[in-house]
Amino acid sequence: MNISGNDLILACSAIGAGLAVIAGIGPGVGQGIAAGYAANAVGRNPGAKSDITSTMLLGQAVAETTGLYGLLVAILLLFVKPLTW
Amino acid sequence: MDNAILMASGADIDIMVHGLFSYEIFGQTCWITTTHVCMLLVMAVLIGFFIAANRKIKHAKEVPDGFQNVIELIVEMLDKMVKGVMGVNSSKFANYISTIFIFILMSNISGIFGLRPPTADYGVTFALGVMTFCLIHFNKFKHQHVSGVLKGLCDPWPIWAPINIISDIAVPVSLSLRLFANILSGTIIMALVYGLLGWIATFWPSVLHVYFDLFSGAIQTYVFCMLTMTYVNDAIGSD
Repeated sequence: MNISGNDLILACSAIGAGLAVIAGIGPGVGQGIAAGYAANAVGRNPGAKSDITSTMLLGQAVAETTGLYGLLVAILLLFVKPLTW
Repeated sequence: MDNAILMASGADIDIMVHGLFSYEIFGQTCWITTTHVCMLLVMAVLIGFFIAANRKIKHAKEVPDGFQNVIELIVEMLDKMVKGVMGVNSSKFANYISTIFIFILMSNISGIFGLRPPTADYGVTFALGVMTFCLIHFNKFKHQHVSGVLKGLCDPWPIWAPINIISDIAVPVSLSLRLFANILSGTIIMALVYGLLGWIATFWPSVLHVYFDLFSGAIQTYVFCMLTMTYVNDAIGSD
């Protein structure tokens, strides 16, 4: 079997894409903490439920950004293939 | 119609933006892509809606009915959202924020109608991010003047100016990348479902559409507008 340099780079890009989406761990933990505290807050003050929910969703969407950067790196490696020639 | 414009046509996995035809300008080759077509379709729908709304409101009745109710509901909701964040400054920005809110929302949920969402192209979201950036810095120079901007730049000490400049530049990049990556990930997952599962993917992908297009799209629209308002309000300052 003949493996050219390009093939090796493609294979390594696939592995790198898999490694890049490990970044999803961080936002998962962060969003879980945000949701947990929001549930806590609703338990203490059920009247403010809509305010708490919108604040929680805003915070979660912002926390998601770092995970999306990892996803973006994976997509670039898989579909745009910047390292091959 | 090209396969890429109607994404739900299946057959194979296709998530890329395709060029339809090219033209030369100043020695550069420019492409009219599927994003332009999808955006024109979204804008045509929106402009049609706006013209209908305008005609309706011109002959507004004392007791609203049907369509007039819908228009008043949308406008009041957007006004309330802007007023909740910007307070006294809301009257100047309500128009702009409402416009980009409706545009981004319609772009995001156009995936439900089988289009490739225009916001899944970095060119579109980057333009939106740059508009926010210009708005922030125009208001900063207008309300805090040059001395205030320089003072903000050298916040703790002058040596931190490069870091402050980088964090200023990071604002439009992170705003646009957040919107882009969210919508793109939804687009890719829908393309994978339709492309790989073939005839199995009938009816039940609508559940995925509700999450990736409606829920995610609405949340990201809200976040984009919310952050734009917060940054602009920050730039205006308390005076």
